Amino acid sequence: MTETATSVEMLEPVEDVGGVAQPLLQVNGLTKHFPVRGGLFTAKRTVRAVDNVTFSVAKGETVGIVGESGCGKSTTARLLMHLMPRDDGDIIYDGMTVGQALSLRELRRGMQMVFQDSYASLNPRLTIEESIAFGPKVHGMADGTARALARELLGKVGLRPENFANRYPHEISGGQRQRVNIARALALSPRLVILDEAVSALDKSVEAQVLNLLDDLKREFGLTYLFISHDLNVVRYISDRVLVMYLGEVVELGPVDQVWDAPAHPYTRALLAAMPSSDPDRRTEEPPITGDPPNPIDPPSECRFHTRCPFAEPLCANATPKLTALDRMGHEAACYMAIPGSGHSRAPAGETA
Amino acid sequence: MTKLVEISGLNIRFTGERTVYAVNDLSLSLGDGEVLGLLGESGSGKSVTLRALMRLLPKKRTQITGKVNVMGQDVLAMNDDQLSSFRGQTVSMIFQEPALALDPVYTIGAQIAESVVRHEGKSYAEGRARALEMLEVVRIPSAKRRLDAYPHEMSGGMRQRAMIALALACRPKILLADEPTTALDATVQIQILLLLRELQREFGMSVIFVTHDIGVAIEICDRVAVMYAGQIVEQGTLRDIVRSPVHPYAKGLLASTIHGAKRGQRLETIPGTPPSLAEKPHNCSFAPRCKLAQPRCVEQLPANVEVGPGRAARCVLAEQMAAT
Repeated sequence: MTETATSVEMLEPVEDVGGVAQPLLQVNGLTKHFPVRGGLFTAKRTVRAVDNVTFSVAKGETVGIVGESGCGKSTTARLLMHLMPRDDGDIIYDGMTVGQALSLRELRRGMQMVFQDSYASLNPRLTIEESIAFGPKVHGMADGTARALARELLGKVGLRPENFANRYPHEISGGQRQRVNIARALALSPRLVILDEAVSALDKSVEAQVLNLLDDLKREFGLTYLFISHDLNVVRYISDRVLVMYLGEVVELGPVDQVWDAPAHPYTRALLAAMPSSDPDRRTEEPPITGDPPNPIDPPSECRFHTRCPFAEPLCANATPKLTALDRMGHEAACYMAIPGSGHSRAPAGETA
Repeated sequence: MTKLVEISGLNIRFTGERTVYAVNDLSLSLGDGEVLGLLGESGSGKSVTLRALMRLLPKKRTQITGKVNVMGQDVLAMNDDQLSSFRGQTVSMIFQEPALALDPVYTIGAQIAESVVRHEGKSYAEGRARALEMLEVVRIPSAKRRLDAYPHEMSGGMRQRAMIALALACRPKILLADEPTTALDATVQIQILLLLRELQREFGMSVIFVTHDIGVAIEICDRVAVMYAGQIVEQGTLRDIVRSPVHPYAKGLLASTIHGAKRGQRLETIPGTPPSLAEKPHNCSFAPRCKLAQPRCVEQLPANVEVGPGRAARCVLAEQMAAT
């Protein structure tokens, strides 16, 4: 393996500009609203899919995004990849604003994505080798070199190139296809890989294999991951920091252990309590919250969780809580109960109140 | 405990362009008021087994042999009329995707009322009254108004509740649940699981619950059968299976669930992929992936060995355990 590794030519990774201290990805005020056509007599409405989302991803770190369906986590990923235009906000890759200092073509070299549906994300008419080689060829690599690279990467993701290179996507299993998708994403030597529910459709035993693989690849290629999932166990396992989203907004973010051990937002607490038990003698007895997540079309105003929150007070329906730092480790939450002196009866006593 | 369901030597084969041996020599039983979990990964035959119990598999392309006995009735020998009475009244089923299982052109109330009229010979008005009662039982808010709602007007969790109401409207003795919480959000999944647990106790039903998620099985099941490649490889009480699995596949499956695994620590995995099921198994299907495989695992089909009361595993390791 090692002697081939040196002989195979890879695309040069996008150059590191800002050094270690500069975040690889900085997202400021990212917003996407989808208009929904109203009926004949009803007003036009909007889905506020992603609303003023701000976060950063440091070099070499894995950031997880969790939330239920409709919370905007996949839309966020698509906006970052520029698979759809955003309404507002800046995406800054290694200090360079995308669209100004960094072209879209360069961004795609530096940022790649793996999707949930392993079958839909591969061209059914291309062999696996051709699919992986396609990206490098678009970026100017010669056909022979690109194919050699494809075979090399197949080996890296644990598929023997002599068995798999000439097969078509429908001929292999879901776990193998997802490995191919990971190889395809790596073919452009990206520094950031967005994994959008990349292991969610896999069986448990295969999921563990792919998670181990992601860990190996991260170390070997010095990757940074943005890992989107609804599975809290997986997110806790793989992430350094985590963002919790609810109806298009970030409600809590911080280092994964702090968020898990001391969740500050009632939604995060409910989400964690909703995980099925792992001990037959300690089953869940009470559902942590009732009701379904509201429709993201015209979500509740101000704090969007106040309609399901057991601690909601009039204040929560009148003003929107902002993400507020809880400690010096980067743990933040957008809830009046966590903001000192906010006026909520459960808020910690504030110095200024 | 009386047995409501007795399946013995069940084989299911799909024919057509290619042959698939979906279920092979499967035997299981379900006691009164018991919740049995069928746990396995995709393609392990758990849903097929469930469908065979209600004869929902396509007739032309399916060959079923063996015995399926439900409350003294031979399900495989039933004609269409007998099946229509059997389904919904004796045995009822809930599915993963309520949006596909409910009829989109009838209101929820009409669908529940229809089943009551058909099975219990009541009037439509009485059926509507039962529908309202059922929607309240499954805790749909403003039930009266929801009677006239179409499935598309409800959220995912509400639809799943409506499907449970429909399935339970005629008070079946047995409920078959095919991954009913898999498509739901985490905060909704736990609500539905707790609701099912409560209704099971209240109605005194027996339940067969198909799932791929061990966490879900832990929340709801009394007994678990672990399936692999169309066979039950291990069955026993939930506690026994979770605490001390015998079959290497059951062990691997439990170990590879990421629960409380620490970052940076390697996850335990089962190498390889499940077999294709194109042939009838003549040896242990798990042997190619098994770390503890012995020569005789490849030579012959391991017997189903009883390792304790109500506890059995299909593995040579179990033979050694039973011998000692």
